Amino acid sequence: MNAKSPIVEIRNISKSYRRDSQNIPVLEDITFDIAEGEFLALMGPSGSGKSTLLNLIAGLDRPDSGSILVGGVDIASLSESGLAGWRASHVGFIFQFYNLVPVLTAFENVELPLLLSGLSRTDRQEHVNMALGLVNLSDRMDHYPSQLSGGQQQRVAIARAVVTDPAILVADEPTGDLDRVSAEDVLALMDRLNREMGKTIILVTHDPVAAAKARTTRHLVKGVLT
Amino acid sequence: MFILKLVLRNTFRHKLRTALTILSIVIALVAFGLLRTVIRSWYAGVEASSASRLVTRNAISLTFPLPLSYRDKIRGVDGVKTVSYGNWFGGIYKDRKNFFANFAVDHKTYFQLQSEFILTPQEHDAFVRDRKGCVVGQKLAKKFGWEIGDSIPLEGTIFPGTWEFVLRGIYTGKEKNTDESLFFFQWDYLNETLKKTMPLRADKVGFYMIGVNDPGRAVDITVAVDRLFKNSLAETLTETEKAFQLSFISMSEAVIIAIRLVSFVVIIIIMAVAANTMAMTVRERTREYAVFKTLGFGAFRIMAMIFGESLLITMTGCVLGVVLTYPAAGAFGRALGDYFPVFEVDKNIFAVYAAASLLVGITAAVFPAWKAIRITIAEGLRRIE
Ligand SMILES: Nc1ncnc2c1ncn2[C@@H]1O[C@H](COP(=O)(O)OP(=O)(O)OP(=O)(O)O)[C@@H](O)[C@H]1O
Ligand SMILES: [Mg+2]
Repeated sequence: MNAKSPIVEIRNISKSYRRDSQNIPVLEDITFDIAEGEFLALMGPSGSGKSTLLNLIAGLDRPDSGSILVGGVDIASLSESGLAGWRASHVGFIFQFYNLVPVLTAFENVELPLLLSGLSRTDRQEHVNMALGLVNLSDRMDHYPSQLSGGQQQRVAIARAVVTDPAILVADEPTGDLDRVSAEDVLALMDRLNREMGKTIILVTHDPVAAAKARTTRHLVKGVLT
Repeated sequence: MFILKLVLRNTFRHKLRTALTILSIVIALVAFGLLRTVIRSWYAGVEASSASRLVTRNAISLTFPLPLSYRDKIRGVDGVKTVSYGNWFGGIYKDRKNFFANFAVDHKTYFQLQSEFILTPQEHDAFVRDRKGCVVGQKLAKKFGWEIGDSIPLEGTIFPGTWEFVLRGIYTGKEKNTDESLFFFQWDYLNETLKKTMPLRADKVGFYMIGVNDPGRAVDITVAVDRLFKNSLAETLTETEKAFQLSFISMSEAVIIAIRLVSFVVIIIIMAVAANTMAMTVRERTREYAVFKTLGFGAFRIMAMIFGESLLITMTGCVLGVVLTYPAAGAFGRALGDYFPVFEVDKNIFAVYAAASLLVGITAAVFPAWKAIRITIAEGLRRIE
């Protein structure tokens, strides 16, 4: 497969939010491609629409107009449950606040996306062990999120994002809540996922140090991509 | 199953909140159960009354007597098997607060007719032979520590003087709802004494109790008896024992309606408590549900989590409520034994508990679940608690 072929093709998408009776345009006529295997950093001032754009690419939200093709599939045309199924197998999510389920152990959190996959228990176990090994937390798998540091929680979240082996990882300020050292760990991990496992990564960040890890950086200012 | 595990752990995430919610459900259900049992006890006399017995009293009011001479006339009515009679005596044992119902009854017929009061033949014989003999229910005997042969004085209120009785029999109830706290003695003892002291009040009967051959003809017989004494000095009112008992209760109908109402208000209150808990819980977890949705969990699974948690809370309350109703009713019954001679929890009440808990559990979860499902992922993820 050609590493340069686009995995994400964004065509003329617009998105606005309605607040009271006012229409607030956030993204206006954005068109761009993301190549397969890319590690893209998306920067821009607060409120410029970075999270909105990321949500659209990841199939968490729908554009008002335009189309988004991911791996050749027009995700805007999928039904709600079709989209949910597509997300579960194609995209891994990493959030600023880790978003682990507090009543589940590290192991159980990582297992979550696999519960919908129809894999057997032993297969799931194998995948979870592998993912936790990858983030170097095999010894913490029975810990609950409250028993882990922020950096460790984020690594569990990364394990959860990759456990289904998705082609694309989206991360919305994954280091925004971490100290420098933990942030370095997380970024190094993402770098490895990109280089060694060929994951396409889209990283939204405010942090120039984080953006420096990516291979490409794009700026979103007032709904326009540069 | 995963959802079940999650429901279980989520339910006890806020232990204090969950415990308080369950506690309020338990208290409400037990209160509901006790109120219902009070109503049931109120009607116990009616339920226990026999369909083959009629009561004849003075048409003006219960406090007006009937002549003893009516006995033979009533006996002559077609379909009448036995005629017994008696007077409300209204005696007091030592102190007014020791209240119990006491009657002077025709010793030859009364226990034949009231076959749910069980006496051994020996006790019955002893009672019949002793003019001053009396028979009491076993609950009453136990309360005052009376034993066969004891002498029991009653202070008369309607019939002045101190009346001495000797305990000859202790009856037990045939049914669970038979009143075991009554006191009976020979009508003849009352009448013979009155003949000497107040001759004008002698040979008067407070009520007749009639046993009929065929309960199906009871209504005809009541009409026939009353027709006998139409236009006489003391007209009668005859009705089935059930109707007779109900006429006592109807006086307090308003109270019963009030208790019924309160028992339903109690259910509404737990609905509000549970709904509040679920609303709080689900609102706190808005972002968590968005994460589940992000990972591909659909509306059905999210609903299962929320309804499951709500139902687990209310059903736990239900089970504890059932378990605690018996000791609560026992304590209540002991404390108020004088007013409610029969205080038995109706097992059907537990079906009502279960139905109410189910209803409350579902109702409490509907609105939060609907909100959790409706909110978009993007919006849910933006929520910071
Ligand atoms: N659900 C919503 N309803 C209304 N307005 C919204 C909604 N989501 C986002 N917005 C608005 O859209 C604009 C872009 O939001 P977005 O979250 O994409 O910005 P961002 O670039 O990610 O900002 P930050 O760096 O602070 O995370 C903001 O002005 C925001 O207030
Ligand atoms: Mg953002």
